[in-house]
Amino acid sequence: MTDHIQTPAEDEHDSAYAGLLVNDAHWAFGTDFEDPLAGVDTTIPEGVDGPTLAVYALMLGDDALVMSHRVSEWTSRAPDLEDDIALSNISLDLLGQARLLLARAAKADGSVVPVLPEGSPAPPEDALAYFRESHAFRNVRLAELDNGDFAEATVRVLLFSVWRLAIWERLRESRDHVLAAVATKGVKELAYHRDYAARWFVTLARGTDESRARLVAALDLLWPLWPELFDTHPVEAAAAASGVGVDPAGVREAAEAVLDQVLAAADVPRSEAPRRAGVLGRTGRDGTHGEPLGRMLAEMQSVARAHPRGQW
Amino acid sequence: MRLLSRTTLKQARAAAGRVTDPELPMLTLADLGVLRDVDVVGDSHVVVDITPTYSGCPAMAAMRDDLVRELSGAGFDRVEVRVSLDPPWTTDWITAEGRAALAEAGISPPGPAPSSDGPIPLTLQPMARQVRCPQCDSPATELVSEFGSTACKAQYRCTSCLEPFDHVKEI
Repeated sequence: MTDHIQTPAEDEHDSAYAGLLVNDAHWAFGTDFEDPLAGVDTTIPEGVDGPTLAVYALMLGDDALVMSHRVSEWTSRAPDLEDDIALSNISLDLLGQARLLLARAAKADGSVVPVLPEGSPAPPEDALAYFRESHAFRNVRLAELDNGDFAEATVRVLLFSVWRLAIWERLRESRDHVLAAVATKGVKELAYHRDYAARWFVTLARGTDESRARLVAALDLLWPLWPELFDTHPVEAAAAASGVGVDPAGVREAAEAVLDQVLAAADVPRSEAPRRAGVLGRTGRDGTHGEPLGRMLAEMQSVARAHPRGQW
Repeated sequence: MRLLSRTTLKQARAAAGRVTDPELPMLTLADLGVLRDVDVVGDSHVVVDITPTYSGCPAMAAMRDDLVRELSGAGFDRVEVRVSLDPPWTTDWITAEGRAALAEAGISPPGPAPSSDGPIPLTLQPMARQVRCPQCDSPATELVSEFGSTACKAQYRCTSCLEPFDHVKEI
């Protein structure tokens, strides 16, 4: 039997394992292991307050991170392979946007980054993603709800991307080089997301009685969170005033004009469901979230938190 | 000295120019338009700028590692790979050689990228593109999905030879 035992190749070029023996250990839980803004001019523009820019970038980044995670939960569960791939791609685009924006936040004001145990190789954007409590997240509440059926995913991606695209079309003019560059790139991606969801919206609305009923129910479910997207948080107002951010209130008309085109093509009226109130007036931008975000973060963060020095 | 540095720069560009895309290995990073700049800034120190195709492109780390490996192999001791976000990548940067290599590999190359200035109009109809089948060259093709095997591709099928194929999306 000893004849069959393979001896390791003497010459490492003959060994299939040689390439695996290089010591390239890196942080175990992130999307990557290098500064995504390496070589990008991250100077804070003159007259701009670093902490304001950081929190503003966190808001945009948290929207993308939380929405990306929810959309990624569709991977392997979508109605067919094409839509599985489409939703996974949308999730990936948003994760890329999140990574750049969280890295930008960390560069603008290092004090927003949680302090990790000594020796942790986690880069700042991953420290922000994995080691903050839910009250430190600044995402809008629309992004964090538990997933529903495919109609719900369609409506959520539509509302989210119509709104985000309207903001990002203006963010291309930001005085902050990083935000301007991220937005210029991101608008192309968001336009694909919006149009994908808009086509499914029309298809489901004009499909069967069942598909239409589910779509209308999803619109009624999510509509109460639409107005919150256009509230102006003081940080957004300050970012807009200094020329680095966009006041969401100022894009409402443009966003609703696009949404109305989709509703008209689908022959679905706007929902009449009333706005969901905040908690003592506080909403997602203030760090006030519903239970679903806590559960989502528990799942997303638990392994990284258990092994803050994890390498592989 | 001047002649020497020019030769060195040429070597650096040649080495970086050999690196292929991890997901489209028939294309070099230069053909894809992802390789933006190669510069020798000091003694054996080369700086390379690359730009992501999409914000979440998962291949950036592999590209960086491949560039470091190739340039180290060419004798450069210090290889710095930087990310360039602005101007954003566009499919218009794919070279003629790159387009030919894509078609040869059965992937339909992109048409001209649309302007992305100003508000981007809503499109409720499938994207109207003139896409020819890379297998049989038939113009009778239909879109299956705007999202294909990677973020940068859409899925098509040929209604003449019935083969499915990828099309690189115009952005």
